[in-house]
Amino acid sequence: MKHLIFSAAAFAALAMSAMAEEIKVAVTTSFHNSGLSDVLLPAIKQDLGLDVQLIVVGTGQALRLGAAGDVDAILVHSRKAEDKFLADGNGTHRREIMYNDFVFIGPSTDDAGVKDAETAANALTMIATTKAPFVSRGDDSGTHKKELNLWRSADQDVDGFGDWYRAVGAGMGKSLNTASGMNAYIMSDRASWLNFKNKGDLALLFAGDPVLFNQYAYIPISPVAYPHVKSDLAVALEDWLVSERAKEMINTYKINGEALFVFNAAP
Amino acid sequence: MVSAILPFVVQDAVVRRRGKVLVGPVDFTLSDTGISIVIGPNGAGKTSLLRMMHGLERLSAGEAHWAVSLDEARRRQAFVFQTPRMMRRTVRDSIAFPLTLTGTSKKAARAQAEVWAGRVGLSDLLGFQASVLSGGERQKLALARALIRHPDVLFLDEPCASLDGRATREIEEILARAVADGTRLVMSTHDMGQARRLASEVIFMFAGRIHEHQSAVDFFAAPNTTQARAFVRGDIVE
Amino acid sequence: MSDIWSGLSQAFWLVVTLDPDLVEITLRSLQVTLSALVIASVIALPLAALLSVRRFRFRRVTIAVLNALMGLPPVVVGLVVYLLLSRSGPFGVLGLLFTPWAMIIAQVIIIVPLIASVAHQTLRELWSDYHDLLISMNTTQYQRIRTLLWDGRRGLLTAALAGFGRAIGEVGAIMVVGGNIDHATRVLTTAIVLETGKGDFALALALGFVLIAMAILVNLTIHMVSQTESGDRW
Repeated sequence: MKHLIFSAAAFAALAMSAMAEEIKVAVTTSFHNSGLSDVLLPAIKQDLGLDVQLIVVGTGQALRLGAAGDVDAILVHSRKAEDKFLADGNGTHRREIMYNDFVFIGPSTDDAGVKDAETAANALTMIATTKAPFVSRGDDSGTHKKELNLWRSADQDVDGFGDWYRAVGAGMGKSLNTASGMNAYIMSDRASWLNFKNKGDLALLFAGDPVLFNQYAYIPISPVAYPHVKSDLAVALEDWLVSERAKEMINTYKINGEALFVFNAAP
Repeated sequence: MVSAILPFVVQDAVVRRRGKVLVGPVDFTLSDTGISIVIGPNGAGKTSLLRMMHGLERLSAGEAHWAVSLDEARRRQAFVFQTPRMMRRTVRDSIAFPLTLTGTSKKAARAQAEVWAGRVGLSDLLGFQASVLSGGERQKLALARALIRHPDVLFLDEPCASLDGRATREIEEILARAVADGTRLVMSTHDMGQARRLASEVIFMFAGRIHEHQSAVDFFAAPNTTQARAFVRGDIVE
Repeated sequence: MSDIWSGLSQAFWLVVTLDPDLVEITLRSLQVTLSALVIASVIALPLAALLSVRRFRFRRVTIAVLNALMGLPPVVVGLVVYLLLSRSGPFGVLGLLFTPWAMIIAQVIIIVPLIASVAHQTLRELWSDYHDLLISMNTTQYQRIRTLLWDGRRGLLTAALAGFGRAIGEVGAIMVVGGNIDHATRVLTTAIVLETGKGDFALALALGFVLIAMAILVNLTIHMVSQTESGDRW
């Protein structure tokens, strides 16, 4: 019995000892699901000797972690929330890195006729009129906020929707699962959709409206608010993310032959 | 020279549980030699009396005093229950258990246990779990366990109640040797023959009171009370 | 259905080829849960023994609360531990958040009530058997607890294994306090959640099968080890 305790303690100590140069970054599920991080992280390790530890959560939680000083930087895509974050003194500045786009997914039978819509607002109006089942993230994430903005711009009142509108309060992957199970419409980021392995009867029906573009920004946590954050490492990471190398990797990242992100960092 | 824990003096002692009087009031003195046998019909309070004397029941009234401090006295007694209390261990470890409580090393305790197992006839069963023993074997284990610390007083609550003749005889032999070693026995029994065989003094109980307390010789020659006479005759006493 | 077969074959393949990622997260799962189990047992078992032998005013309430705490949703525990370990929280300076230690702490909190409750059941029964005997032998409280813990060790092992089962399959709390960081705090259960969220059900199932197999293996091993303790080895 005694040596069980001993080896258990040794086990635990081992875990603690694996400390290289590392930085914690909170990123959104949408970003992680794209698979881009699997490509970028090894390159960062190679170039900077830096272990980037990603904590993959919804936008809301990422901002919360940043505001609590539990991470060193965040990468999110929700302009309004980011501005508030900075106004509250939690971050030093925001740096735009890249954008991808949102797409509308739905059953291949497309009862609402979304395929023929001319704008995003148009497509949403069609869905609301037909009262076709629609799954919403409902979790206050960047994606969710974007969706709500779009409904507003289409003059639709989300609160007045019937139960064809289903807010699931979950991340992108889970929401897509639900939509697949219900054969419902859903707005997803392109990356999550391309990587999604449970498509069922769903298909990509509408894309391309500039209003659907989704800007990712990198925000280092303020060392004034939290002196313990690794601000020099956060700066080093930022510099890497806006470099030519990053630009090349991001622009050429493809899923099934389709590029997902467009690098748009200003030097 | 360690002082004797006897005599044990009881005055006006009452044991009550849930409002009902189990024993008492009782007055008596336990002297420092002999074998006291407690007899009486079922429900007379024999078990409660023994438990009270040993400290397993709290007094609701009255007093009980040993010749030494209570702590000291408690360390030098032992109790054998009517249904032997077995521990979930081997015979050897069960007998050794009381010694480990007072700081004896495991090795020494087990050695002692083997000696005592021999004295009670359990040498062949040392490595077995106590739970597989027969009734008679269990009671012998309980006795060895009780005697291993050489108690000054040993209480036994109808130890042979569910045993056959042979086991009863063997137990009585062990008890005789314990008495020879200087242990004071206080034992309750149902078996009048056993009482006659062993007692040096008799305590007759009825309805929670001590009706008679005298030397065995005197008691069996001529019991004083009608209940005692009826009981000795074998009549139902109520 | 095809997902299940696919999951089974993936599981087999991953194990047979000793897939390095799988090995890493499996070892980490074991490390976190076994550590939590040891710590929780050290807390819960004596507590259970104490509750069995000692009479005090709030004993019934304590036992009731312990039983009720078994129903604590793990994710709630995770949230509370997060708030405590967060940099803006009271214990932030320890820097334990998003490390295996945070996960161990959360799991300890979750399984202590379970282990204590199950152990208490066993020990209470044992105490009612031993009660007269131990009091007759003039034992101290400490001696009683020690005797109960030793003689009741089979039942206590069951209690510990119950805690192990609960912890090894737990995911809500360690997700929040560990962050499911690749190569740092990712374990089998959080990896399963990740793959499920990506829609890769087959891989998620595969990981699930590995988890079950490992749990069975641990249980078997512990049972075999404890058998050698029977007989008359002290």
